[in-house]
Amino acid sequence: MKINLIYGLLCFLFLGNIVAQQTPAPKQTQDYSIEGATAHLGNGQVIENSLIMFSNGKISFVGNANMKIARQGTVINAKEKHVYPGFIAANSSLGLAEIDAVRATRDVDEVGSMLPHIRSIIAYNTESKVIESMRPNGVFMAQITPRGGVISGTSSVVQFDAWNWEDATLKTDDGVHMNWPNSFSRGRWWLGEDPGLKPNKNYQKGITKIKEYINNAKAYLKGNKSSKILPYDALEGVLNGSQKMFVHVGGQKGITDAVNTLKELGINNIVIVHGQEAEKVADLLKKNNIPVILERAHRLPNTEDEDYDLPFRSAKILSDAGILIGLGMEGDMERMSTRNLPFYAGTYAAYGLGKEKALQLITQNNAKILGIDDKVGTLEVGKDATLFISKGDALDMRTNILTDAFIQGRKISLETHQTKLWKRYSNKYKK
Amino acid sequence: MKKTLILLLLCVSSIYSQEYFPSNTGVKTSKNKLYAFTNAKIYVSPSKIIKKGTLLIKDGKVVNSGKSVNIPNGTEVIDLKGKTIYPSFVDAYSTFGITAPKRESGRGKGPQYDANRKGYYWNDHIRPDVDAFNDFKFDAKKAKELLSLGFGTVNTHLEDGIMQGNGVLVALNPNTTDAYRVLNKQSGNYLSFSKSKKSRQSYPTSRMGAMALLRQAYMDADWYAKGNSKNTDLALEALNNKKDFPQIFRGGNYLDDLRADKVGDEFGIQYTIVGGGDEYQRINDIKNTNATFIIPINYRKAYDVSDAFLADKIALSDMRKWNQEPANPSILAKNNIPFALTTYKLKKAKDFTGNLQKAIKYGLTKTKALEALTTIPANILKNNKIGNLNAGSYANFLITSGDIFDAKTTLYENWVQGDKNIINPMNIKDITGDYTLSINGKTYDLAITGKGAKQTGSIKKGEEKINSKFTFKDNWVSITLREGDDFTRLSGIIENNQLKGTAIDNNGNESNWSAVFKSKKDKKKDDKKKGEKTPEIVAVSYPNIGYGNFNKPQQETILIKNATVWTSENGETLNNTDVLIKNGKIAQIGNNLSSRGAKVIDGTGKYLTTGIIDEHSHIATTAVNEAGHNSTAEVTIEDVVDPDDINIYRNIAGGVTSIQVLHGSANPIGGRSAILKLKWGENADGLIYKNTPKFIKFALGENVKQSNWGDMQTVRFPQTRMGVEQVYIDYFQRAKEYDAKKKSGQPYRKDIELETLAEIINKERFISCHSYVQSEINMLMKVAEKFGFNINTFTHILEGYKVADKMKKHGVGGSTFADWWAYKYEVNDAIPYNAAIMHNQGVTVAINSDDAEMSRRLNQEAAKLVKYGDMSEQDAWATVTINPAKLLHLDDRTGSIKVGKDADVVLWSGNPLSIYTKAEKTIIDGTVYFDIEKDKEKRKAIKSERSKLINMMLQEKLKGAKTQAPVKKTKKLFHCDTE
Repeated sequence: MKINLIYGLLCFLFLGNIVAQQTPAPKQTQDYSIEGATAHLGNGQVIENSLIMFSNGKISFVGNANMKIARQGTVINAKEKHVYPGFIAANSSLGLAEIDAVRATRDVDEVGSMLPHIRSIIAYNTESKVIESMRPNGVFMAQITPRGGVISGTSSVVQFDAWNWEDATLKTDDGVHMNWPNSFSRGRWWLGEDPGLKPNKNYQKGITKIKEYINNAKAYLKGNKSSKILPYDALEGVLNGSQKMFVHVGGQKGITDAVNTLKELGINNIVIVHGQEAEKVADLLKKNNIPVILERAHRLPNTEDEDYDLPFRSAKILSDAGILIGLGMEGDMERMSTRNLPFYAGTYAAYGLGKEKALQLITQNNAKILGIDDKVGTLEVGKDATLFISKGDALDMRTNILTDAFIQGRKISLETHQTKLWKRYSNKYKK
Repeated sequence: MKKTLILLLLCVSSIYSQEYFPSNTGVKTSKNKLYAFTNAKIYVSPSKIIKKGTLLIKDGKVVNSGKSVNIPNGTEVIDLKGKTIYPSFVDAYSTFGITAPKRESGRGKGPQYDANRKGYYWNDHIRPDVDAFNDFKFDAKKAKELLSLGFGTVNTHLEDGIMQGNGVLVALNPNTTDAYRVLNKQSGNYLSFSKSKKSRQSYPTSRMGAMALLRQAYMDADWYAKGNSKNTDLALEALNNKKDFPQIFRGGNYLDDLRADKVGDEFGIQYTIVGGGDEYQRINDIKNTNATFIIPINYRKAYDVSDAFLADKIALSDMRKWNQEPANPSILAKNNIPFALTTYKLKKAKDFTGNLQKAIKYGLTKTKALEALTTIPANILKNNKIGNLNAGSYANFLITSGDIFDAKTTLYENWVQGDKNIINPMNIKDITGDYTLSINGKTYDLAITGKGAKQTGSIKKGEEKINSKFTFKDNWVSITLREGDDFTRLSGIIENNQLKGTAIDNNGNESNWSAVFKSKKDKKKDDKKKGEKTPEIVAVSYPNIGYGNFNKPQQETILIKNATVWTSENGETLNNTDVLIKNGKIAQIGNNLSSRGAKVIDGTGKYLTTGIIDEHSHIATTAVNEAGHNSTAEVTIEDVVDPDDINIYRNIAGGVTSIQVLHGSANPIGGRSAILKLKWGENADGLIYKNTPKFIKFALGENVKQSNWGDMQTVRFPQTRMGVEQVYIDYFQRAKEYDAKKKSGQPYRKDIELETLAEIINKERFISCHSYVQSEINMLMKVAEKFGFNINTFTHILEGYKVADKMKKHGVGGSTFADWWAYKYEVNDAIPYNAAIMHNQGVTVAINSDDAEMSRRLNQEAAKLVKYGDMSEQDAWATVTINPAKLLHLDDRTGSIKVGKDADVVLWSGNPLSIYTKAEKTIIDGTVYFDIEKDKEKRKAIKSERSKLINMMLQEKLKGAKTQAPVKKTKKLFHCDTE
């Protein structure tokens, strides 16, 4: 098999024909049975020596390999290996930019501050070389989110093996993203002010602007809409509850104000993104069924005095507070770093959360929060056969080594631009 | 009053016209300028006090002072019984009367690399030739304010540039002209680390660049003085002419104080250093400078912590500073560090008096305070005619009601150059006390409090407060009383402890009134009450932030028993093994070891390794890039190490023991490195390796050609990879020629930059080169080979896998990221298999961070090599231990667990490559610097100290003190391309 691949690769090279993305796999025609692996179902449960079968893109059996049941199709012996549902990244901008420093490749942040009508999905580049590099690490799906402004736009959820954005879509326009005003602002050092963070004088003004905007939209939506207003139309879903409002906000004050203000405006389907200090307002969040999309574990403490490992423990703290948490990506080098999603979960596992709960962050919980848990997120009968086999614990760098991967039952390639270069230059030195 | 002033001014103009000036406004009149002040307590100097003495002055100078002074005829005698005379204060660091220039906007302009000034030094920020006198304009309003604070002389200057030029010593005498009051037009040479606002010349962009520039300027001045220069340089000439001047350097915080002193010491110059008020944080280092300091007392206001949510954001270190800063002067004094006090940095000069009293409350003795305001600033300015009242000195003195540092004391007059300036009229009577007030048979209680012209009274009838208005002016009391709709107006004066005068009621009827003195409030009792407890000052830790050490961690004999030991020696794993640490070294490795008195640590189930070494870090530094030139080999990160960076602690909590702090990648030839052992709590020198290997940063690619710096940055050479090669060849060629000339014994102009580059050619200094794509990597190896040396390390080296064979052949190592890519065009082909391929070709490979977050979990980054490229765990582990040690030429000292090597070890909770593992103990040179259990205690201590300080600040606010809004401290995080 390996030889075939390399041979194929060499053919490609000779033809001088290097495609950016791996060719998407065709629809599943052949059934699979994965036998003997430790199956991590994504809902907290583990089945040792498991049997998982799938056909027509859907999981048809999840159980113990000791069960006397006919194996369907190709049997993959996965003894001593592990099976996981494909990982899901929330709040990602994959496919919206390719090379950070090259402006022409950036389609992340549109001009303007109130842009609910801006839709990420149409700019999603399935040919991105960054996206294909997710797959060897088990990250198969993401919420593609525009950035910037107060209302950044509308996100969609995709899977990573597709010819075009229509094929990629798992859920179109799943939610609208709002950046809550910052309750702190940085001192203008160029005017001689202390560069530290100070309470933002314009914080209330920012909130008022949001209120006025949404109230305007509500009035418009109740009216006859004789002349259409695109942004207001785009808010209909969050106002009637069919779409989620993802509020990017942190800090006790910010979260409290965001939740209370939005509820007052009639927006009830809320998700908090980032959510630093969410544990301090746990009651408010629980009462309103509001989940939190946590940041990556690999970040520095927020203040000088904070415990060095507070970022690592944050999932445990929120989980203990009874809040539903998922895991998102935003910040420096967020796109290329999304492949480290399992390791952020691993770090949360190490600092109190435990492995299966940490796994839930990037499987079942993210699926629930993004509203795709009817299709993906766990290894359960009837769900998409979006899953992979790893040689070992997929949350640990050393052992996250994928042998087989499937998206919707389609056996996908784990090759990438990077593995090609690896093989090409390894071969160079063998000669 | 105004009239008299004008009149006075008119007189002045004739009196103070220079003596040979003709007079056209009247007959020539010279003012009598002979005065004797008798019966006063006279502070001739802080240590020489005359009780009941006489001060005789003539023509603006002191003639004599003493117990019995012969008073000549024609002397105006002023009896100062019960009053005190002090020398007027001297402020040695002032910008009085000189407006600093504004920086012109750089908007829409490209960078400027050449100097504006011609005929001067090549760098516009070196301006020792500037005479501040040319910009001086006596500021009468400001002078009045300073006089009221007690100052008689200030040394002012133009605060602009790295070398700023000459100061001006000015007597604050508003009654004369500059011809008299300017005591010295060239009173000192002023310096700082800040660039001139008059020039946009880029270099230097950093603190370390400013230090290098100062050094080069001194060397060039020396070269010039010896007549070796072919051209005229007015700046260097001025510098050479001012060697004996007072040299006053504005540091501004304790780290910069030390940096300034370091530069001065290298050239045999002892600067007087203008501090920042935080010198107490490393008082021993400050003492070791042997410098005299000029210290501001602009204490920060308490933070407003009433909003608990906002208060949470204030760093403990900032809260501590609020608590500790007022003790800075007293701590300096207790350590016998000479210092003057200044009004500099005070937002409102009038806060000076209150803050001075606060310093005394915090332990500064009054004698030291007086010295700091008189004799020491005079010494700094090398002027013995100010700051004392010895015969011949300027008649600059204060007349007070008593102890000048006591809040109750009134400053009456501030005489400057023998001219009187009234601050508070001296003849105002003290009428304070409780009186029985009688008007038309009615009696009231009158209480008068306050000081001088501000004495005020309140009236009560029994317990009832009477609505009244009290004024006291020119020793006349006037009171308006209101009872119901009836008004009564009283006016009167004091005689024999009794106030009396005329009362007029609302019908216009006149009568007599009087107020008979009953008692005075017991002052002593009052004092006691107000004297309060000495304020509590929280302890200083090293560094003085949360998680700092209150006690210096001590080296111990430590025996770790029964651990799994990864030695990093040829991938060796030793199971159930003991390691003995003694005198800072690995003493023994084996089974069943024992050592008397050793602290025994049970390593069962745990892993022991050598500490992680980060080849590429930018933490613990104040600056990272000197971007002002395309080559900056003259700068060194060692100059700007910041030992107070919390990221040092976070690093040791992640098992890191050594780092190379590299210059950034702003230019093809960057600056020299600082290689540190992360001994948390040590000062900058204590962190830097002893006999440190010499390294320098080079850089290739997009950063050095300024590709991502914006459209304005297209001027500096090079803008292409082609140009980068030529920069190297040019500089190395020049360095080679320089070195040959130096070795030939001919006279040569010492050039720090070329010295450094010659070290590289002579294989005494090693290059760590920031690099991405294969073409340029290949190029630099060829350039090095041409000049007969090797590149030591390619750092980042993301396309190293494409030329791994060539790297092996050249003998260069690779220090790379585990999986970074796609953030700019040149990392498009960066692959996580890079380390494995280079390793497989026999290149020494390290994994580095370039990032404060990643550096604290480099073990996880190393673990990625097992995933990508299938490296063995031991080979992966070597990339963060012995391999970077080899690349940094430290492998004979650290980087593995081997008998005789430094005891830099980490005890891990499990396999160090596992994501589930934590560092539990980090030991450097046999001293435990991080302990996961002690960390828990530190967290608790931070919590309780925060509450304590918050309570203190709340009390301050309740007492009515002004507060400031909470500020969240932000630490700038550096990467290679941070400007």
